[in-house]
Amino acid sequence: MMPVLRRLGFYLGLLLFTLFAVFPIVWMVITAFKQDADLYDVANNPFLYNLPPTLKHVTFLFTGTNYPVFLWNSLFIGILVVIITLLLAVPAAYSLSRLVGHWGERSGIAIFLVYLIPPTLLFIPLYQIVTFLRAANTVWALVLVYPTITVPFCTWLLLGFFKSLPRELEEAALIDGCSRWQAFVRVALPLSLPGIATCIVFAFALSLSDYIYATVFVSSAASHTVSAGVPTELIRGDIYYWQSLMAAAAIVTIPLAVAYGLLFDRLVKGFQSDSAGSEATP
Amino acid sequence: MATLELRGIKKHYGSIHAVNGVDVVVAEGEFLAILGPSGCGKTTLMRMIAGLEMPSEGEILIGGKPVTHLPPRARNVSMVFQSYALYPNMTVAKNIAFPLKTRGMPQAERDAKVAWAVGIMGIGHLLHRRPARLSGGEKQKVALARALVRNPALFIFDEPLSSLDAQVRTMARGELRQLHDRTGVTTVYVTHDQLEALGMGDRIAIMQHGRVHQLGTPQELYDDPADTFVAAFLGAPPMNMLERDGRIVGFRAEYLLPSTSPAAAQDDALSLRMHISQLEFLGAEWLVYGEIENAATPQKLLAKVPPAVAATLRVDEQREFTVARSRLRYFDPTTGLRVRDERG
Amino acid sequence: MSEAEASSRVGLGDRDHMLGWLMLGPSLIYIAALVGLPFFLAIALSVTSATVGDPSIHGFVGLGNFVQVLHESAFPLALRNSVIVTLGTLILTLVLATAESELLVRDFRGKRLLQILLILPWAMPVSLAAIDWLWLLDSEFSPVDWLLRHMHLLGPGSPLGPANHLYYYGKEWLGLGAIVMINVWRLLPFATIIVLAGRTSIPRDIFEQAQVDGAGFFRTLFSITLPALLPILMVASMFTALLVFGDMAVTALTTRGGPGYATQVLPYWAYLKGIDGGALSEGAAVALFMFPVLLVGAILALRMAYRTDSQGDRP
Repeated sequence: MMPVLRRLGFYLGLLLFTLFAVFPIVWMVITAFKQDADLYDVANNPFLYNLPPTLKHVTFLFTGTNYPVFLWNSLFIGILVVIITLLLAVPAAYSLSRLVGHWGERSGIAIFLVYLIPPTLLFIPLYQIVTFLRAANTVWALVLVYPTITVPFCTWLLLGFFKSLPRELEEAALIDGCSRWQAFVRVALPLSLPGIATCIVFAFALSLSDYIYATVFVSSAASHTVSAGVPTELIRGDIYYWQSLMAAAAIVTIPLAVAYGLLFDRLVKGFQSDSAGSEATP
Repeated sequence: MATLELRGIKKHYGSIHAVNGVDVVVAEGEFLAILGPSGCGKTTLMRMIAGLEMPSEGEILIGGKPVTHLPPRARNVSMVFQSYALYPNMTVAKNIAFPLKTRGMPQAERDAKVAWAVGIMGIGHLLHRRPARLSGGEKQKVALARALVRNPALFIFDEPLSSLDAQVRTMARGELRQLHDRTGVTTVYVTHDQLEALGMGDRIAIMQHGRVHQLGTPQELYDDPADTFVAAFLGAPPMNMLERDGRIVGFRAEYLLPSTSPAAAQDDALSLRMHISQLEFLGAEWLVYGEIENAATPQKLLAKVPPAVAATLRVDEQREFTVARSRLRYFDPTTGLRVRDERG
Repeated sequence: MSEAEASSRVGLGDRDHMLGWLMLGPSLIYIAALVGLPFFLAIALSVTSATVGDPSIHGFVGLGNFVQVLHESAFPLALRNSVIVTLGTLILTLVLATAESELLVRDFRGKRLLQILLILPWAMPVSLAAIDWLWLLDSEFSPVDWLLRHMHLLGPGSPLGPANHLYYYGKEWLGLGAIVMINVWRLLPFATIIVLAGRTSIPRDIFEQAQVDGAGFFRTLFSITLPALLPILMVASMFTALLVFGDMAVTALTTRGGPGYATQVLPYWAYLKGIDGGALSEGAAVALFMFPVLLVGAILALRMAYRTDSQGDRP
């Protein structure tokens, strides 16, 4: 009797969590294909297509708005931010975990402190800096600033990863003829690929998700990201282009969710630095 | 192959003196075992020889050339780690070829070298496996092959047998020594296991508190310990030690025999009356636990006797035991050092 | 001997300390320039009379901006709401993430697909998530209201009142509740990932031991799982709290802080003042009020980091 009840509870739990996660998304997707007359009728069952679905609003999104530009900007910024983040965070994390001695081993704390200073505290002075650098209103402002969010986070994540690698592997490499730099590149780096993969996902997700900097530093449509551009372009005063808004959100979200979802177990492992070393072996 | 010279090596971390003045010369082709309890500084010393740590003071010479401040890769030393430290992302073949690759050796030459090392260790069937899929003994062989493949000036072993099963370990001990004899590479072998040190070392350096207490052949260390630490550390069971006439008298358990046994020392012998508290079967011998009753403080002694003699002993009886005076070793009770004058 | 020429050359790559600082340097310089400098600039700004029109920082006004901000009626509300939203989201998220990880730690058919579905909210940029929820809880066309009406919970003569709509974003407590809900929704996948990392690294034999000892599900949960999860729950709380406390997108796009200042939060108020209103210095002052709260977070982080650090040290 008990196991049956337990199983039932288990699947019921999964169902509730899935419903909670998916309900707003389903609503979004349904809305995206509705005709105006169907959407704005309180008498209609909002979950059904009372009139035939239409692609009109999705088409409008791509032809009548700057959405393609936003997508491109977000992708461009995301990729650059990921590259900059890895270039800064990977060597920094390795250095802190291995090279700069006891002072460095405690530095996880200091990194956390940097991460504790959120964009909302910094956006006003950063706005001045960006203006001073004549980067305001360009994608470069965001490329410059986003690593302030991603570098501390990824350094912290990778620090745990490197600490969990057995030191002896790099020492063996030193004995086998590597310089310290080569030991890092040829032994430590390949073993920390799972951690680096996690960093790539998080750096991209963080840069895509930011709203404050994207709104404050950029005001021209040509340089907007999805995050800031979609609300400004598709909400005009109190007119909301609901179907296009929902389509805009779904088009970004669903492919990313598939990618992140497939990497789910790996993301979990990224936070699991104590077992990361042994997991690196297939 | 080369000599290794350590001159006044010291290493301190803040106020902790991990290694406190070590002078050792290892001859070409010699097998030196460094033995000591954990925390004695042997690992730090070994890491300095390998170049993984820099000494605070002193000089290291390999083949007569000072290498004190050179990184590991410029010393041409090979090391086998306790955990073997095989690169988990490379196959066995790549692991073994790695030290050659870092030196920029061409592929053909590399392959020949790897084949040679693999042949010596007899691990041809493992070449395409990953380390995760090897047994402890196999890992050790791969680690040895990786150390061997580049003709190092010096082999360094860091307790390479401690992660093996007890049965495999005895075999591996023999194989390791044979490997050394075959290649003739100067070897430094760090261990806390005296069986490994006694069985394999040409000479043994016994360390404690960052110092070498004694350096000599296994026989010298066993028969003529330089101080009470060596006497108490080496041998199973360790030397018996008694306080007599303001000196410490030490002797090995196998020389202490009941006066009635035919092999017992008769003349010029020290006689001790002992209460037998326990008899322990060891296989070829018996171990006798006893106490000297008439002493001010009860002193415990151990005797190792053949089965025929043990048959005459009973727990809880008083017996007379003797040990030949030539077997006695005297130590200063304050310094613990050996006192050479063995008279009066 | 085979001592290759290349190996006898000692370079920078061999000096651990030098190399260490070289590898760390770029990050340090970057963080100093774009986090350290702005942080002090924020402090400097907050004691001047700088505006968007005149952003120089020489009009020193001391603590005038802080006093000014403190006297505004919006301030106590914004502070209160920031704390309520953060704590509310934190508690709900942690409870749900723990429960969800307890489910996801098991293997079952279709787990991959489920993982994709469950991570959906986190894949969406915050601003778009806010808009999705704005539409979901729309004053007129909300499907939630429609469902409630069809269950006879809403509408004339029903328990939730005579109106046909709840007007979520137009009311103080419903508005705050909605903001909490959106934050829980978007952060739950992330928190679950962190908690799951801790959950899967609890050794399995502990649970087997508990089973042998006859502990039931809740017994095991409270005396074994939760204590073992405590450190990772700390990490999850840190991240969740920071992401919520520092966020303005959800408020900015849903209630806009209204009605009045009833659902205003500190970050959005700082934005409205500093950027929209042009009073850079006052905006900076508001943002700085968040610092004490962050400091408490920092102390918690310090303690936690110290604990995990002291376990992993080599002799």
